[in-house]
Amino acid sequence: MAITKKEVEQVCSLARLELSDSEKDEFTCQLDSILGYVAKINELETSNILPTSHPILLTNVLREDKVKESLPVEEVLANAPDAGKGHFRVPRII
Amino acid sequence: MELEKLTCHEIHKLLRSNEITSLEVTSAVISRIEAVEPNVHAYITTTFDEALEQATIVDKELGCGKKLSPLAGIPIAIKDNMCTRGIKTTCGSKILHNFIPPYDAFVIQRLKEAGAIIIGKTNMDEFAMGSSTENSYFGPTRNPWNLDYVPGGTSGGSAAAVSADETIVALGSDTGGSIRQPASFCGVVGLKPTYGRVSRYGLIAHASSFDQIGVLTKDVTDAALLMKVISGYDLADSTSVKIDVPDYSNYLEEGLKDIKIGVPTEYFAEGIDPEVKSTILQAVDLISEIGVRCDDVSMPYTEYAIPCYYILVTSEASSNLARYDGVQYGYRAGSSLLDMYKKTREEGFGGEVKRRIMLGTYALSAGYYDAYYLKAQKVRTLIKQDFDNAFEKYDALITPVSPFPAFKIGEKINDPLQMYLADIYTVTINLAGVPAISIPCRFSKDGLPIGLQIICKPFDEQMLFKIAFALEKILTE
Repeated sequence: MAITKKEVEQVCSLARLELSDSEKDEFTCQLDSILGYVAKINELETSNILPTSHPILLTNVLREDKVKESLPVEEVLANAPDAGKGHFRVPRII
Repeated sequence: MELEKLTCHEIHKLLRSNEITSLEVTSAVISRIEAVEPNVHAYITTTFDEALEQATIVDKELGCGKKLSPLAGIPIAIKDNMCTRGIKTTCGSKILHNFIPPYDAFVIQRLKEAGAIIIGKTNMDEFAMGSSTENSYFGPTRNPWNLDYVPGGTSGGSAAAVSADETIVALGSDTGGSIRQPASFCGVVGLKPTYGRVSRYGLIAHASSFDQIGVLTKDVTDAALLMKVISGYDLADSTSVKIDVPDYSNYLEEGLKDIKIGVPTEYFAEGIDPEVKSTILQAVDLISEIGVRCDDVSMPYTEYAIPCYYILVTSEASSNLARYDGVQYGYRAGSSLLDMYKKTREEGFGGEVKRRIMLGTYALSAGYYDAYYLKAQKVRTLIKQDFDNAFEKYDALITPVSPFPAFKIGEKINDPLQMYLADIYTVTINLAGVPAISIPCRFSKDGLPIGLQIICKPFDEQMLFKIAFALEKILTE
């Protein structure tokens, strides 16, 4: 097995996902088969190869730090599930 | 005249000579949508009222003799992962089912300036994850050539809409084949530009080092017109590149003199449908016959592309999708803070999205990062080198788009790995960041379209257009 149900539960918690028990079983099985397949890249010797994080060569794209008009607060908050007094409202944490 | 069947360049001519109005074209497209949409389901949202209003404005400008862009008055469909101010943008997901963007994506700003008429937002696999448009929260799109079959994905709605004359042209996005594969399955033209050619500002992020907006059209000429409008540098996307945008239409009829084409043998190996193989090789023969040199070429790292791609895209996606937490927009469930995060994501995301978030989170987690993510980034370098080497000798490469024509709805949906393998000939292009186009080639014996892929050097879309236009002409003769 490339991945166990216990590891799936751990990953779930890292990813802030809540899965049902049957979903956990299903994902364990599917992720195991996918991870088994992608392990194919280990056939390649890559110790002297530089990683590619991006397909085009761009370094340090900078712009002037100028104040610009931003989106109106009301329009941005209009999509919030819960908002008030110009803020996003979330469940109490303390 | 059935106006909805025309191309953008045909309509533009008729508009300029005052033989038709944009209102007539727009109305014809709306009637067509109303007639076939119950079967095809290409759209998540339609914007008929705004479209008719816009068409009237363009017609007035035409009446005043104003010089208009080739896109003016032309109905266009937009994949539902591009932000449209005031128009719902769902990304095919429950988690964004009610999201109304307060701003326009860069490409939408460009289209509006050009006077294009946005007719609606098209269906897609949730967060552009899938290969069949079956992963949409709003239900699957069907292939207009045979309603039992998938239209491909993830831009399946855009491809089906163009194919069924439910729009004149469309925009899609392509992370690993999401424009080219549905274009191939639906028998239309689909182009994924070079990474950095089109601004991603306002495109809902899936895998940021792969995503690129492109076009779906009825012919190559329309693709050139639309690409000219949406390409270019944008301050708001630091990965868009400051390189002049040529007038692509000028290159269409240049001909293929002195052009050398490579045909990668690895793209015709085990697993390819014999009919797809013979179709593409016959097209290669046709180009050879007109005097273009076509050689076999080897791209030895091709077989590592799918594993490499799925490690990297799921890693990027798991990070990009962390923003859907029930706070700023979209769906929210749960009561306490942690409970809200978990329940919002559990109820808001579909199965494939969760699977990919899990896979990406795993690949990036402590202890596995080097073995999966870093290793895959190094393999990406090798795959990119395959392309660099091939382009030292050849101007372009010709390959199939997909190993098979469209498959049946439901056929692959329960086996994620089989679905991933469907992307084998398209993901390499996104790993390397190069441009590629899919053009309709022939039909299978079952009457399903088969597309052909042309791949060129970075920022050499001109070459793509030149070859695609010549080939389109040969294939329709």
